[in-house]
Amino acid sequence: MGILVIAEHDNRALKSATLNAVSAAVMMGPDVHILVAGKNCADVAATASRVGGVTRVLCVDADTYASVSPEDLAILVASIAPGYSHIVTAATAYGRNFLPRVAVALDVAQISDIVGVLAPDTFVRPIYAGAALATVQALDDVKVVSVRSTGFDAAPCGGNAPIETLAAPRGCGLSRVLGQKLTSSSRPELTAARVVVAGGRALGSSENFKIIDALADKLDAAVGASRAAVDAGFVSNAYQVGQTGKIVAPELYIAVGISGAIQHLAGMKDSKLIVAINKDPEAPIFQVADYGLVADLFQAVPELTAELG
Amino acid sequence: MKVLVAVKRVVDYNVKIRVLPDKSGVDIAGAKMSMNPFDEIAVEEAVKLKEANLVSEVVAVSIGSAAAQEVLRGALALGADRAVLVETEADLPSLNVAKLLKAVVHKESPQLVLLGKQAIDNDAGQTGQMLAALLNWGQATNASAIKLEGAAVEVTREIDGGLETVALSLPAVITADLRLNTPRYATLPNIMKAKKKPLDVIAADSLEVDLRPRIKTISVNEPSPRKAGVLVPDVKSLVERLRNEAKVI
Ligand SMILES: Cc1cc2nc3c(=O)[nH]c(=O)nc-3n(C[C@H](O)[C@H](O)[C@H](O)COP(=O)(O)OP(=O)(O)OC[C@H]3O[C@@H](n4cnc5c(N)ncnc54)[C@H](O)[C@@H]3O)c2cc1C
Ligand SMILES: Nc1ncnc2c1ncn2[C@@H]1O[C@H](COP(=O)(O)O)[C@@H](O)[C@H]1O
Repeated sequence: MGILVIAEHDNRALKSATLNAVSAAVMMGPDVHILVAGKNCADVAATASRVGGVTRVLCVDADTYASVSPEDLAILVASIAPGYSHIVTAATAYGRNFLPRVAVALDVAQISDIVGVLAPDTFVRPIYAGAALATVQALDDVKVVSVRSTGFDAAPCGGNAPIETLAAPRGCGLSRVLGQKLTSSSRPELTAARVVVAGGRALGSSENFKIIDALADKLDAAVGASRAAVDAGFVSNAYQVGQTGKIVAPELYIAVGISGAIQHLAGMKDSKLIVAINKDPEAPIFQVADYGLVADLFQAVPELTAELG
Repeated sequence: MKVLVAVKRVVDYNVKIRVLPDKSGVDIAGAKMSMNPFDEIAVEEAVKLKEANLVSEVVAVSIGSAAAQEVLRGALALGADRAVLVETEADLPSLNVAKLLKAVVHKESPQLVLLGKQAIDNDAGQTGQMLAALLNWGQATNASAIKLEGAAVEVTREIDGGLETVALSLPAVITADLRLNTPRYATLPNIMKAKKKPLDVIAADSLEVDLRPRIKTISVNEPSPRKAGVLVPDVKSLVERLRNEAKVI
């Protein structure tokens, strides 16, 4: 009984979150296979075959999976599932969308967002916005699990798995992607960046948010934001860090003009080093900050950017 | 056309929860309870569709103890027409909740089911997708805009890289994200009116759904606290610390 990991990719590159999911899968048992479903996705399958710990790559290359619907992807995964003890994917927007449908097809529960594997059937996962960690045992025969990237290191390179091509089941056409509006950025990806600079409501406008960008550029950092900053339209939803946004754990997280609500902390409190800049010394963000600076951000941030010159 | 909205009673998002000393769970005795914030957004959206004459009836449904009647009254005060409580004392995994919701869908025959994208207590984010799969309906999760035209619906979804638009035909399941709308406050007259709106209670056991336990909680623990930090007096000393003490830049 192997472990099946469903890869996330854009038909060109494998998303880094899949590498963290593989690391979790390796802890669940031997014989980890990766499914790459896409269109003209041979490069992704090749990358997947070189991931350490992976013993086989299953590749399904068909029109249906060019921009795959969660309904069709779940049908495909369920058709391959027999023989696997675990079905695993990253707990990204993509993974969260289809995995519960796989669980239904197999009539088993799903364990979401795990940050630890204690035994093949026992996992650790945050609840209540990370205010508590639950250790749970999955009682069903097949374990369907989504993996929080920050809980596991990325699997190393070094594999040399054979690639097997599978035929595609017919799509069901229940939903259709009309288009995507992706935020393009030359900066590192938020969830994989070494440094993140995040701005909150205090920035006041998208114009003012540029001082966050300038600091991020100096540090080769990704840019993040609080919900309030996204709601106010300063930046795109792709930047939101928190319980219901991205979960990040960079080496350095700089929170600027962010109060530190539990929903925000849920997305960044596992960062290695946290810096907070806030003019209110009572702001809860200082309770998790390693270095706190009580200051007006409109002075402190440009000064910091200049200082890093 | 009828819309069903699933609402869960959860610990209010402002409450700081504590782990029980015996680690069997979290201490919610006496904590303020509220409607799951995402479900409030789902209710608001359903009521808006009704106000736009795209929908004729909004039915709120909750699965939980008798106390969940209180959040159903809240949904009625926001503008839902009727409410259904599927009563159970058990803390059910999403799969079992979805199966109960499916049974309610069979009774009510809605064309659209709205749910929150996640419940802020267990943070599972599964129920909507599971319900859609059980019904073999199309789904759109994390909705930030919904355009309903006859039996066709176009949903803008929040995804990791930005936004995605998907087309579905009814019946369908949609889950609400934060920016779908801003829920209204219930006015006092509407709270009074809500007390007279119908609220049916069905015993979960009577629905003949497989409710066997699926997940066992072994223990619940506090996350390890971060070590105390320091305040630095100015930008220069911050940079100094980052360079020489933490060595991260
Ligand atoms: C269901 C739900 C889910 C949520 N999910 C998320 C989530 O995923 N992510 C998230 O971030 N939030 C989330 N929230 C919202 C969260 O509760 C807070 O409302 C939000 O994080 C606040 O954003 P903020 O810190 O930018 O704004 P505020 O709380 O308004 O804080 C602004 C801070 O800026 C400081 N400030 C003001 N002016 C200056 C200045 N000139 N210089 C320096 N400092 C200044 C103030 O002292 C204050 O501390 C969620 C809420 C709910 C109900
Ligand atoms: N007990 C419940 N009663 C009613 N709706 C629920 C219940 N549990 C979950 N839901 C719905 O499913 C959504 C997602 O929940 P979850 O999958 O638990 O994160 C919630 O936002 C609700 O709309």
